[in-house]
Amino acid sequence: MPGYIIKRILAVIPVMVIVALIVFLILRLTPGDPAAIIAGDTATPDQIAQLRRAMGLDEPIYIQFVQWVGQLLRGDLGTSLLSGTSVNALIADRIWPTLNIALLTIVMSVLIAVPLGTLAAWRHGRLSDHIVMAISVAGFSVPAFVVGYVLIKIFAADLRWLPVQGYKAPTQDFLGFLRHAILPALTLTAAYVALTARMTRASLLNVLGEDYIRTAHAKGVGETKVLLRHGLRNAAVPILTVVGTGFAMLLSGVVVVESVFNIPGIGRLTIDAVMARDYPVIQGMILLTSGIYVFVNLIIDLSYSLFDPRIRY
Amino acid sequence: MTQTSGSTAPSPGIARFLGLPAGARLGIVPVLAAILLAVIVLATIFASLLAPHDPLALSPLNRLKPPSAAFPLGTDAFGRDLLSRVLYGGQISLMIGLGAAAISVSIGLAIGLVAGFFRFADMVIMRVMDAFMAIPAVLLAVALVAIHGASVFSVIVAITFSEIPRVVRLVRSIVLSAREEPYVEAAIALGTRMPVILWRHLMPNTLAPLIVQATYICASAILIEAILSFLGLGIGTETPSWGNIMAEGRTYFLLKPSLIFWPGLLLSLCVLSINILGDTARDLLDPRMRKREV
Repeated sequence: MPGYIIKRILAVIPVMVIVALIVFLILRLTPGDPAAIIAGDTATPDQIAQLRRAMGLDEPIYIQFVQWVGQLLRGDLGTSLLSGTSVNALIADRIWPTLNIALLTIVMSVLIAVPLGTLAAWRHGRLSDHIVMAISVAGFSVPAFVVGYVLIKIFAADLRWLPVQGYKAPTQDFLGFLRHAILPALTLTAAYVALTARMTRASLLNVLGEDYIRTAHAKGVGETKVLLRHGLRNAAVPILTVVGTGFAMLLSGVVVVESVFNIPGIGRLTIDAVMARDYPVIQGMILLTSGIYVFVNLIIDLSYSLFDPRIRY
Repeated sequence: MTQTSGSTAPSPGIARFLGLPAGARLGIVPVLAAILLAVIVLATIFASLLAPHDPLALSPLNRLKPPSAAFPLGTDAFGRDLLSRVLYGGQISLMIGLGAAAISVSIGLAIGLVAGFFRFADMVIMRVMDAFMAIPAVLLAVALVAIHGASVFSVIVAITFSEIPRVVRLVRSIVLSAREEPYVEAAIALGTRMPVILWRHLMPNTLAPLIVQATYICASAILIEAILSFLGLGIGTETPSWGNIMAEGRTYFLLKPSLIFWPGLLLSLCVLSINILGDTARDLLDPRMRKREV
């Protein structure tokens, strides 16, 4: 068991190194001189050259990469060109709204999608199955921001049940947080539910064809118990996997939703950075989100044995 | 989507090309999706004939007008005809969808064939692909477009980067199982050159799944383009695209929701019908999947 765990953890390293290389190259192969951008329009060529030396930009590109990775390993994502503050501080300041909404989205999605997928598999081929599948195809097909605006129109503008935009921290005002976060989370839920419900249905259909399900039925176990204890438990691993890989989609969606609902999270931070060409912040954000994705999937891989005792490492 | 009452058999020629079992039948839903998609594509292609107005013509006296005989869907904040803009707007979306699908599939196929066949390349290629998959698609596209400027081509390239890994994984998994087949061993034993083995013996196995994958890429590319435009990072606003029109409609959303509703509806229907056709093709092409109906 420890052997597998160590191997799985070590496998993260090459992926993150390559992510870092990709991020580094995307920004280094850009037209334009980072030093000139930082120095601003009024800088003299001398000042730019001095800055370039100070930033290490006159070194060969591979040395720059090694230096940059060394800096990353010390936990330093660099300094924002725009505000002059450290990228770490900017992210630390903005990450909680994003994480809170992402967490709420995952909880809501699993609570909606798993019962829907189970229903579809149980009533396979019947009307309720077709309806669930139709919902899940539709969930993939509508852009998140359109879902967001439709929800705003219905629940905030017409019914006036919820605020149109904005954010409240749950630590200060939990009810206020829920009132502000429920629409953004519902918006993100659309695609996530589609993905998870589909996988729940597929995985459960597979399991329901197994001999032990027939055995359970034959020995008189109730329908609900067969579905939940014998079926869903054995179908959990693929569902869990798709919740993990869907996390990348969720992180993409967050960028859009924060913009629609005016939430001061890292998605908005990214868009602002992109508009201002604040390269260190963009780099930091891509590294951070990829790191979160890799970490979430690592945890999920390692937790398989909790859900399926047949998996032993 | 699955079969309901009222089935249509695909024409024998198409069925043979796709390698379908005899008597494979289509439900009513895929047929409707195909018709809907055809209508949207044709309306977009022939926008210049169908549109009642120039999509760029400003008309300051007709700002944010409700639907009328002259402006069937009303006008936007600059007095431009919404219907004409929505019709023209599809051109960019479809171009990017098709372009991204074609490029991702071609490059992904080439890399996937190599990764599946040559073990020494496999390790490296798959780690790079894992890394690309770890970067959220929208963020990667946002970064690339921000740096290299937005054009139809740069948006396609940006989307392609996050789609290629999925194609590579698919092609690689097919090649890994196909290379153990006797006909591939026979070809190797006969001294057939490597490119010929890859292209003549292994590539045809990947075609059917790639067609399915291409439809999903097309659908997802249309969505990502809309997101980029919506965030203000897409193609310049002088060219109407579904995403652009919605981005401009944001400011007036509570006043005039139709500026987001109509382009959003058309885009969603377009992506929905592509997804349904992709699902149908997958169910028809893959007997294993058909059994499980993933």
